[in-house]
Amino acid sequence: MDVINILGGLLSSDLRMATPILLGALGLLIMNRAGLINIGCEGIMLVATFVAVAGTYYTHNVWLGMVCAMLVGGLMGLLFAFLTVSLRANQVVVGVAFNTMGAGMSTVLYRMLFGMDFVSVKDYAFTHVSIPVLKDIPLIGDALFHQMPVVYLAFLLVPVVSYFLFRTPAGLNLRSVGENPKAADTLGIDVYKMRYAATIVGCMLMAMGGAFLSTGLLNSFQEDMTANRGFIALAAVIFGRYKPTGVMLATMLFAFGLAVANLLPSINSPIPYNFVTMIPYILTIVVLAGFAGKTVAPAAAGKPYKKG
Amino acid sequence: MQKFDKIKFRNNMSTAARQAIISILAVAAALAISMIIIAAMGVDPGRAMSKMLSGALGNKNAVAETLVKMTPLLFTGISYALANRCGLTNIGMEGQLYMGALFATISGVYLPGLPLAIHLPLTMLAGFVGGGIWGWIVGVLKVRFGASEIITTVMLNTVAIQLVQFMVNGPITEPPGNDAQSSPLLDSARLPIILKNTRAHLGILIALLFVYLFWMFLWSSKKGYEIRVSGQNPDAALYSGINTKRNVVLVMLLAGGVAGLAGATEVMGVQGRLFPTVSPGYGFDGIAVALIGANTPLGIVAGAFLFGILRAGGNSMQRATGVPVAIIKVIQAIVILMVVATAILREVNLRRKKPEAKKA
Amino acid sequence: MSELILEMKHITKQFPGVLANDDVNLSIEKGEVHTLLGENGAGKSTLMNVLCGLYHPTSGEIWLEGEKVRFSSAKDAMNRGIGMVHQHFMLIPTLTVVENCLIGARSDSILKLDLAGAAQQIKALADEYNMDVDPMAKVSDMPVGARQRAEIIKALFRGAKILILDEPTAVLTPQETEELFNMVRKLTKDGYTVIFISHKLNEVQEISDRITVLRQGKSVTTVKNDNISVNELARLMVGREVDMTVTRHETDQSKAMLTVSYLTLGQKSGNRLLNDVSFEIHKGEIFGIAGVDGNGQGELVECLTGLTRATSGTAIYKDLDLAKSTTREIMKSGVSHIPQDRHKSGLILSMNLAENMILQDYYQPQFGKGALLNWKYINTFTDQLIQDFQVKAPSRFELAQNLSGGNQQKVIIAREVSREPGLLIAMHPTRGVDVGAIEYIHKRIVHERDQGRAVLLVSTELEEVLKLSDRVAVMYEGEIVGIVKPSEVTVEEMGLMMGGKRLAEIR
Repeated sequence: MDVINILGGLLSSDLRMATPILLGALGLLIMNRAGLINIGCEGIMLVATFVAVAGTYYTHNVWLGMVCAMLVGGLMGLLFAFLTVSLRANQVVVGVAFNTMGAGMSTVLYRMLFGMDFVSVKDYAFTHVSIPVLKDIPLIGDALFHQMPVVYLAFLLVPVVSYFLFRTPAGLNLRSVGENPKAADTLGIDVYKMRYAATIVGCMLMAMGGAFLSTGLLNSFQEDMTANRGFIALAAVIFGRYKPTGVMLATMLFAFGLAVANLLPSINSPIPYNFVTMIPYILTIVVLAGFAGKTVAPAAAGKPYKKG
Repeated sequence: MQKFDKIKFRNNMSTAARQAIISILAVAAALAISMIIIAAMGVDPGRAMSKMLSGALGNKNAVAETLVKMTPLLFTGISYALANRCGLTNIGMEGQLYMGALFATISGVYLPGLPLAIHLPLTMLAGFVGGGIWGWIVGVLKVRFGASEIITTVMLNTVAIQLVQFMVNGPITEPPGNDAQSSPLLDSARLPIILKNTRAHLGILIALLFVYLFWMFLWSSKKGYEIRVSGQNPDAALYSGINTKRNVVLVMLLAGGVAGLAGATEVMGVQGRLFPTVSPGYGFDGIAVALIGANTPLGIVAGAFLFGILRAGGNSMQRATGVPVAIIKVIQAIVILMVVATAILREVNLRRKKPEAKKA
Repeated sequence: MSELILEMKHITKQFPGVLANDDVNLSIEKGEVHTLLGENGAGKSTLMNVLCGLYHPTSGEIWLEGEKVRFSSAKDAMNRGIGMVHQHFMLIPTLTVVENCLIGARSDSILKLDLAGAAQQIKALADEYNMDVDPMAKVSDMPVGARQRAEIIKALFRGAKILILDEPTAVLTPQETEELFNMVRKLTKDGYTVIFISHKLNEVQEISDRITVLRQGKSVTTVKNDNISVNELARLMVGREVDMTVTRHETDQSKAMLTVSYLTLGQKSGNRLLNDVSFEIHKGEIFGIAGVDGNGQGELVECLTGLTRATSGTAIYKDLDLAKSTTREIMKSGVSHIPQDRHKSGLILSMNLAENMILQDYYQPQFGKGALLNWKYINTFTDQLIQDFQVKAPSRFELAQNLSGGNQQKVIIAREVSREPGLLIAMHPTRGVDVGAIEYIHKRIVHERDQGRAVLLVSTELEEVLKLSDRVAVMYEGEIVGIVKPSEVTVEEMGLMMGGKRLAEIR
């Protein structure tokens, strides 16, 4: 009975921990499929953690806080797209700048608004929603079907993104832009518009992930609280081989690693905490190097496109 | 100087001048935007800037602090520029820096009885090797397995940071192990102070020496020529029989090593022991330094000087005006964005130039 | 007189530094096959890119079915029934044929991609025009001919009424070309209009109703195909009398410098890019290789210069088997290489002339002892070459990208020839350079021959190969189908060999 409870608890916390990463990874996936690499996911998520807390604090509504974060995320996406698509700036360098910007901006703004105070938004936290009947499934019912709505939303987005990418005309167009923008251009697709849209939507998803991290999981903002989740999301996209389902599974695996790592010190495990936290990154390198079969990234990913 | 001849000066004269102007414009624009942000915080931006400047250059101590902050930035700036000249994007300097710091610490703490003349260079070398290994892995993964260095370096950053955390909490923690830090380095592995009663240490001179070596290597050596050809046109490199793969591994090893020196000098010159957070992001700042400096030696020195001022003056600005020191990260980010945004100017300029030249 | 479907009036397209189209006029009748004829760089592709909305003309008008149109994107042109099959296919290899057809296409539903329905339509189109295309096949798994069919299907599927085919036969076998022409005839019978871009005179004569000749960005004339000879077309296209004379000295050609035996380059698929290629080049001889682009010439040169490793066979130069050596070993042994694409591999465009001049030999002791470069010597060396080879450049510090095509090519030739090679491999040495430079380059190559070097000259310009070479081999699908002396062969015989007939079959 105890084992079942622990496992159930682990699964439940895994899903919660996975949610911000999954949202970030889905955002990155959409961008990637359109031919854009965004190293700056970490920075965007970090800004969103702050904006969500501030938004929630002032509106007294955690959902409005999340909307604020997503709007700011969308604006950052617009800037990213302007620089990398219109001005054809190096995507990697812009991404790095976004990370620095995110770290600086979130702290500066927090200090401006709240000084050194600790602000908690616990009073407005997301409420858990149970899904009737399913919730009563033994073992997993409670873990899977008694969660915060954002968790459901994030996992629901997986089939939605998958359907969008592979079953809709717009998804096909988006993939063609990521594979061969020149060809897409000759077929009358506005490559720039497509990449702008993918970037803005993608960054909004990343911001949603950041917002859930602060308002959903920890009810507050702390400096650098994303703690590399943006990079784990990046890893998950590659480890998941650029497919939504794969990305979801990778996220759950990585989040599970995080959950286990957090558990280790309390059970006096001989396996060092730091080694467990390294796993996602090492696994990603292993996959990238093709040790586990070839992954094919979108052919034009990271390359600026210049209209004729 | 004779060896350089006039070629590099004339060679890049017009492009260099243009790049310098673009960089200066970018920095000016970034500072303007930052001042607007500071003003929005209700602080007089002029006062904030002057506090920052006096904190960075106002007296001997301030200047020394700027030199201290410049040192790792020079190393990471060179590291990024070197890899970039070979067509590689090294985002992994932060991790390479951590590995350099780790190796230097091990050498500096656990090799007693050596005279300074041996221990000091040996410890520097250890730092170079630590970072070099971290870069070498990236090179091998790219050449042998086709793994993009952009992603592997990002991943290896975290791995290195986690590894350092593990080491200072376990294997090399200072007995009895209450704090997450290593034992202090032996005196024979400490970089001497070069300005009395300040923290300015020999590292800045070593860093400047490496700027010179970077210059010599790329523009006056055959290997450096090969690397520049590989970076500018990989097909031409293959055509002339240059072993581009071996060069990628070599360059990543060297770039990693130089970034490792940033970590080594931090430990040996400033912190005296290894802490789990050796670097506040010097590895990433190096990208900005190299960008502003357009991967040129003098440009890197200028870029490192600028960011050194920001880092050194940021604290006194916070003390005097209450503007959080994190603002310097914002300024840095805006500088990077401005530089990449204005890069398009360079292209436009070239295009405009072409038709006239064709007639010639 | 049938009705005009399309008119392009006074089209001018100015690129930075290049006037690609200069007041070009073109009128197309409904249901005809209209050929744009011109040499490389005559402006054919640019004009068609303007027509299909990819480029915006600097000035000029397009009239479609009596109505003035302005295409701001490829989509506009496509919506008006203009479809182009580009020379470099615009297919995405990781997608299937049907997915490729549906990219950017109008769809009944924004929510559902109708793959099955589209596949059926594609199948029907393919059947109607006797094209062998599997809609569900992934493009990366298809051979070149099939990819081209997929491109044509794509254009038709998307409602093209005017089909532009840009050099479609360059990648096709003669049989495939015949199939393509049959299809084109059926298409025009069904009311489609085809614009055919080519510089191959025989094909042009075979398929066209009318021909518009472009020369150096200008439209020269439009003629009906029924009353014009190939010779006349050639004259219109080239615009000058072909000068076949070149002064050359008698050389002693008794000594073989390069002996290539059974050189073979296979692919994983079993396809042979080179098949048992054998020939000898002698001291003081120019050995030409003619053939339509893409018949293994590039692969041959790559195998001889160490850029690709041959599957089997040997190529002995001095004591070295080039087929099994690295590029560096080959270049060191006294081979020079003028590569086919000077921008891609011959020059580092962003570097200056001095840095480009040492690309092949920078590691040799004369350019600096030990690990360092001797810039002083490099500078004098560069200045000397600039003078000797009449490179027009302000100084050795000029970046290579700022030179004209002809002068860029002179830089490469200066570098390669100054090495005093025993064997000079030159591929397309005059491609895309101006007439004056062509003349100079030709003289220089002959000069090197006269000096006693062995020269391998690969060119698709028949005129060039015949004029310069002592002997000429014709390559077709990776094989040498005949080796002849230019003085003993007719142009017709050359044409037949280039089309795949063996010399033995002809004579």
